[in-house]
Amino acid sequence: MAIITYRDALNQALREEMHRDDRVFLMGEEVAVYQGAYKVSKGLLQEFGEMRVVDTPITELGFAGVGVGAAMCGLRPIIEFMTWNFALLAIDQVVNVAAKMLYMSGGQFPMPMVFRGPNGAALQLAAQHSQAFESWLAHIPGLKVVAPGTPYDAKGLLKAAIRDDNPVCFLEGEMLYNTKGEVPDEEYVIPLGKADLKREGDHATIITHGKMVLVAMQAADQLAKEGIRCDVVDLRTIRPMDVDAIAESVRKTNRAVVVEEGWELCGVGAQVVDYVQRYCFDHLDAPVLRVHQADAPMPYTKSLEKAAKPDVPKTIAAVKQVLYID
Amino acid sequence: MATKVMMEALSPTMEEGRLVKWVKNVGDAVKNGDTIAEVETDKAIMEMVARGDGIMRAHLIEEGQTSPIGAIIGVIAAADEDISAIAGGHAPAEAPSEQPKDVPASELPAPPVEAHEHKHPPVGTATHAPEAVPGGPVRSSPLARRIAAERGVNLQAIQGTGPGGRVIKRDIEQAASTTPAAAPVAAAPRLSASVPPSATTTALQIEGEFKDVALTQMRKTIARRLGESIGPIPTFFLTSEIDMTNVGKLREQMMAVGDAFKVSVNDIVIKAVAIALTRHPEVNAHWMGDSIRYFSAAHVGMAVATDDGLIVPVIRDAHLKGLGAIGKEARELAKRARERKLQPSEFTGGTFSVSNLGMFGIDQFTAIINPPEAAILAVGATETKPVWENGEFVPRQKMRVTMSCDHRIIDGAVGAKFLQTLRQLLEAPMMMLY
Repeated sequence: MAIITYRDALNQALREEMHRDDRVFLMGEEVAVYQGAYKVSKGLLQEFGEMRVVDTPITELGFAGVGVGAAMCGLRPIIEFMTWNFALLAIDQVVNVAAKMLYMSGGQFPMPMVFRGPNGAALQLAAQHSQAFESWLAHIPGLKVVAPGTPYDAKGLLKAAIRDDNPVCFLEGEMLYNTKGEVPDEEYVIPLGKADLKREGDHATIITHGKMVLVAMQAADQLAKEGIRCDVVDLRTIRPMDVDAIAESVRKTNRAVVVEEGWELCGVGAQVVDYVQRYCFDHLDAPVLRVHQADAPMPYTKSLEKAAKPDVPKTIAAVKQVLYID
Repeated sequence: MATKVMMEALSPTMEEGRLVKWVKNVGDAVKNGDTIAEVETDKAIMEMVARGDGIMRAHLIEEGQTSPIGAIIGVIAAADEDISAIAGGHAPAEAPSEQPKDVPASELPAPPVEAHEHKHPPVGTATHAPEAVPGGPVRSSPLARRIAAERGVNLQAIQGTGPGGRVIKRDIEQAASTTPAAAPVAAAPRLSASVPPSATTTALQIEGEFKDVALTQMRKTIARRLGESIGPIPTFFLTSEIDMTNVGKLREQMMAVGDAFKVSVNDIVIKAVAIALTRHPEVNAHWMGDSIRYFSAAHVGMAVATDDGLIVPVIRDAHLKGLGAIGKEARELAKRARERKLQPSEFTGGTFSVSNLGMFGIDQFTAIINPPEAAILAVGATETKPVWENGEFVPRQKMRVTMSCDHRIIDGAVGAKFLQTLRQLLEAPMMMLY
């Protein structure tokens, strides 16, 4: 099995799906000539031409709307946002149009499109460019929300997202693009809505997604050295959420910690905790704890940014707390 | 909507209940108010009624098992409703069903302490441990409560080691490993099909030499309360006057065959007692402290007065022996007792004792129970008494017996039924052949 980057895994998914279905096309800022701000679309313009790899002006609302119209006309657009921070400008097309079109047209217009781009903080990009939007998007009926944390998941899930007839918000990570992992040479597709048990243990469950999968895995590695064995449940898809996978693990371990990049209030973790209390109440031996970003705009200052972000030491502390280890 | 069937407080002092019988089987239709189960409280067997309509979908405890108040023991729901969330699996959300009104506050989940005061926790550590409220309900994790219910561990008695004294899983496991099983499942006395049919006969099924039966809730309560009342052995007394006329005739008939076949009244009483014991093993028992040992064989002790005092040699398997063998053995044991030549094995292991002071002309007396036996029979003198019968007085041979009963083991009615059988056997001694 080849070891490739998250970036190349996404690139493979785009290429394979564009070969597979000529209705699939990519549109966004700098995706064609510049080959993508993060080089995810490298080589695609040369391979598929400017009709299918389309550079746009800096007009998020405009090209998101063009994508919606193309989907209504039977194409399968992939709209790249340079980051999800900029997608705020296009949120009306995402939330008010794409998410609701099938419903409000009485089923006449499916919306087979993907909105994708990096989500969450990188390093010192400051308050406006360091936000995690999965809880915003997952709130909306009609959208699917996917946040892969590994190259393998990134490729398999992007292919599934492109084939899905619903609008899928696909959340990547600037800090993930260079991470490497095994990706099979043969074709595979990972179904949306299925979590993945990334690591098995019976003492506590860490539930996470996206970029925080790396944090959770590192925390679990360090805890294992102290004899603490953790299940790491990678949600992979935020909406629909794999409640069964969460419940199965928590019923086994009786304790859970939810790790996410975003803020606390109404975060993804809040929903996970709700499912846990609802379906695992009689199995809980400790309150479920959450690890998340500090409740403040992301500081630019390096030391403050580090303090604000969820990380491995905070995750380890939370796991020990649910295990009543001081 | 599914209705959880919870163990309810069916008596004011009840802490747990033993499910005696499911009246509604899984699959039966149930209406609100229907009797669904019989539950043994610390006082009595009570009927438990349904708190909702539907189908009895699941029994979460089996007959004979014990559950604390508030534990979910069954599920009533629509036929197609997913009940796995209640019955152990995972299912869509539903509103919680009503708590029984009688559940003591201590069994309910602890109320939130800081509901009105939201504090921003430091990043990554998102809870504050609530402080214990002195005198408040026991704080415990849901898992701890569930395990405690399953294992019959009393949460109130456990010192929690979690934040604020919260009882958590490890505390229950600690408690369960250091104390004996708190709620052993009692095998209730059952009718035996092999016992001869008789209106007054019930029998335990005893395979082998004996059978230990764990104390039921009721027996525990009786033992504790009556013990407090009267002393180590809470004793009560039952007296019956038995017509021995036919026993007299039997003896005459046997003696008419030959002097070798002479038997005493005492021999016949011992034989009758032994037979009655096999028909009422509830009486043929030992008090073992935390259980009652019921015996299949009747080893009848026979109180013998010696110059040194009382000793009770035992006629083993008296129910299997003929009157001649019993008489011979009784005379030998009495002789050896007076000579102080009894081996310990000859005066231990009795399951029931008989004390006869009839030869001293005592009409009636009460004997002291020979522990750990359940009862002793005090036999008075046989006297000729006039009895009004068919419009005239006729002479009848009358003998008074008084049974002293250990109330921890035997209740009044049980002792009375034993005496009733004994009386039948002595008033119509041919019944001993039955």
